[in-house]
Amino acid sequence: MATQTETSAVDIDRSIGDFHYDVHYGHDAGVGLSDRVVNYISDVKQDPDWVRQFRLNALKTFLSKPMPTHWASKDLDAIVFDNIRYYLAQGTPTKRNWEDVPEDIKRTFERLGIPEQERKFLAGVEAQFDSEAVYSNIKKAVGEQGVIFVGSTEGLKNHPEIFRKWFGKVIPTGDNKFSALNSAVFSGGSFIYVPPGVKVKHPLQAYFRINAENFGQFERTLIIVDEGAEVTYMEGCTAPKFNTATLHSAVVELVALRGAKIQYITVQNWSANVFNLVTKRGLAHEEAEIKWIDCNIGSRLTMKYPGVVLKGRKSRGEVLSIALAGNGQHQDTGAKMIHGADETTSNIISKSISIGTGRATYRGLVHVPKHLKHCKNNTECDALLINATSRTDTYPAITVRGTGNSVQHEASVSQVSAEQIFYMQQRGLSEGQAMSLSVNGFVNDLVRQFPMEYSVELKRLIELEMEGSVG
Amino acid sequence: MSDNTAVLEHVKESEASEAQPTTRTILSGPAEDTPDQPTWFRQQREQGWQDFSLLPNPTRKDQPWRFSNVDVLNLASYQSGNLPSDHDRAQILEQSVALDGKSGRLIFANDHFLERDVLPESLRKSGVIFQPLERALTEHEGLVRRYFMTQPAALGSAKFAALHRAHVRAGAFVYVPRGVELDLPIEIFHWLADENVAVFPHLLLVADETSKVTVIEHFRSVEKTRHGFACGVNDLIAGHGATVKYVCTQRWNENVVALQINATTVERDASAMSLNLHLGGAYSRFESLSRLVGEGARSDLLALSVAHHKQEFDARTLQDHRSPHTTSDLLYKNALSDRSRTIFGGLIRVERHAHFTDAYQKVRNLLLSDDAEANSMPGLEILADNVKCSHGATSGQVDEEEMFYLLSRGIPEIIAKQLIVAGFLDEVIGRLSNSLIGQHLRDLIADKFRLDATRAAIAA
Repeated sequence: MATQTETSAVDIDRSIGDFHYDVHYGHDAGVGLSDRVVNYISDVKQDPDWVRQFRLNALKTFLSKPMPTHWASKDLDAIVFDNIRYYLAQGTPTKRNWEDVPEDIKRTFERLGIPEQERKFLAGVEAQFDSEAVYSNIKKAVGEQGVIFVGSTEGLKNHPEIFRKWFGKVIPTGDNKFSALNSAVFSGGSFIYVPPGVKVKHPLQAYFRINAENFGQFERTLIIVDEGAEVTYMEGCTAPKFNTATLHSAVVELVALRGAKIQYITVQNWSANVFNLVTKRGLAHEEAEIKWIDCNIGSRLTMKYPGVVLKGRKSRGEVLSIALAGNGQHQDTGAKMIHGADETTSNIISKSISIGTGRATYRGLVHVPKHLKHCKNNTECDALLINATSRTDTYPAITVRGTGNSVQHEASVSQVSAEQIFYMQQRGLSEGQAMSLSVNGFVNDLVRQFPMEYSVELKRLIELEMEGSVG
Repeated sequence: MSDNTAVLEHVKESEASEAQPTTRTILSGPAEDTPDQPTWFRQQREQGWQDFSLLPNPTRKDQPWRFSNVDVLNLASYQSGNLPSDHDRAQILEQSVALDGKSGRLIFANDHFLERDVLPESLRKSGVIFQPLERALTEHEGLVRRYFMTQPAALGSAKFAALHRAHVRAGAFVYVPRGVELDLPIEIFHWLADENVAVFPHLLLVADETSKVTVIEHFRSVEKTRHGFACGVNDLIAGHGATVKYVCTQRWNENVVALQINATTVERDASAMSLNLHLGGAYSRFESLSRLVGEGARSDLLALSVAHHKQEFDARTLQDHRSPHTTSDLLYKNALSDRSRTIFGGLIRVERHAHFTDAYQKVRNLLLSDDAEANSMPGLEILADNVKCSHGATSGQVDEEEMFYLLSRGIPEIIAKQLIVAGFLDEVIGRLSNSLIGQHLRDLIADKFRLDATRAAIAA
């Protein structure tokens, strides 16, 4: 039986992540970005030549691309790329046994409750501390089915035949400035391969942790699910509160081959100084299904628009998104659905809550090119404003060509009605409790679709956020 | 003839402009000054030219021009126009007829003033002004100067508003004093007559407290194939409690590139409604800014586009709520055939402190061919709470059951389709609640359908 620690397994609220240790880093690429830094990373990681070349080319692309400030938040200009450390690691190989993980890192993850998670139900856990995976394990039963779940570095070394085929294919280097940055300095992240027909019963899970100040984390995740196979992947993120900005810029590529199903769940709870600029996209082949469940609670600025390219006939894409923008936060989230075959369907449901001076933005793209038949998209965005200083925006872009497709988009903005609050106060709830209950009601129909542990956790996080938001 | 119907006044004002035979390309500098123009007007013309020269050309990467075919905005070949030939003039005067009843009428061609029906005496006595801009500049300088192009071109076309400022000469000034109501609409016609002519139609409408007025502008081409460029600006000001309706029927020929920049200010308890019917043009972009600046203000934005061939209609809107307790409601509908494209980029913006706002926005696209493309970008920016805002965008096609029903009654396919499209568009016309104008709009749509039906019959 699990011992009762001060942090229960699913608890990742902000105060719990807010600690850091002085760690001795064996490898440190220093601050700033240059060919030297990229070569340093390649040297330390003993990259094959094609990876080194890929990184150097990506660096050129990154330097040549302008910041997307003509449409995105001007806050991006606050990122000083020269002040960031691009690679930090202790220089020890990934541990298979929890006991082997260095004591100080173990303390960090124990506070976050990772080994307990694993003991309870997870099929595998990978934990990343700054640049590198420090702990990775996969349950024997799952491993015996041929499922590969390793860090991306290990993936590209030990499974090049699968890795190289799909790496950078769903999200090309030049997709945007930050995918180029990631391609130049990526380190860590997960590589997963699920063989044909294998249905991984329990979720695979990863934790990402930024410990060092002024550090940029650039993990790279590639998940390939072969024909008819199924997998659920969950990731959680935390960082301590430093005084200066920290950058997290991941690239996540999913490939669902014919009839495969991928569910990718994120609970992002970075501290409020993290710029979280992430590119996530899935490629769905015939009759495959990709579902992104995306909860953004932390960070200073998040820009993340998980997408699905519906390449195969009858494939299906879905994004369920919840964003909670508290004081000083900007959650710029959304979804992209690129229809590329007949009878493809996509569904986007986004709910956002803006509290205090928080700002929640939905940005969406739905593209149905010509000569496709029977494609369907449904988009719903609902925003809830809590305070007079809160802000919400919706910027969808929808292109439809030809007849035989149906696309609809709907959005609404509302607030908690005074009558509801009054009614609950009549029954003895405090205003804060009443508010929290209303907000939970607002996201309830979406949260119900999440795995149980996450819906419980989200409810608790919302309650925490709502405390002190009224009055 | 009833007392409030317009009477034709045979004025020879047009002769003054006849003595101006030289044409210049519009990119060679601002329009030449005429002796009676006030100094401030000449100065703002210079200023317009300077701004135009300094502002960058739009590119598709600019958010306000996303999806837009900016390549058509090469203005090098366009020039200022001369007074049309006698033959064309006679045709224009004969065809400048739209509504059965009107309060007054102004007719311009190639930016030259041709003729007008002045307002009935009762309205003139109560202080209503309806004059060509050039004349109002001298006779009502104070009023014109106070309102002339004071509203920003906030939706991407600042450069073209500056070009308009540099070249504007034709247009109408309408002023309705406090409490005066016009029962019948005011009509304004702008015609393009010759090859590669550019026109800069202008409308300035000021409706004082609790007044009521309806203005309808008609944009038309004399001939079907001549190229042309139109860059219009209209500013509507609805004062406290005023009711303003503005209707535009755009029927330039299909070689014309057109930009129309509309801005409306709606003050306390006032109500403004605009309806834009877009049928013509190769590329037609219309920007509508509605600023709700006083409590109780209401704005209705309506538009219809019937697109065929390779036409592109590019609509950009901003419902700008700057005061609490304001309401806006937008309904845009597009019917797309052949290889046509439409773009809708709309934003509801609720400023800080503009609490108790109700704002709605709905765009519906009916795709009638496999090569048509509809782009929708309905947006919201909400900085206040206690608001009710929603938007919706749909793209779909003709319901097969409806089609089957009509076909089974022996109605030819193209006619059946057109019936369904007419029904789809009628909701917007209904919102205008003006049967006189509504019928005219239906007739214009039917005209365009007739062309397509003839074409289909020939093809079959």
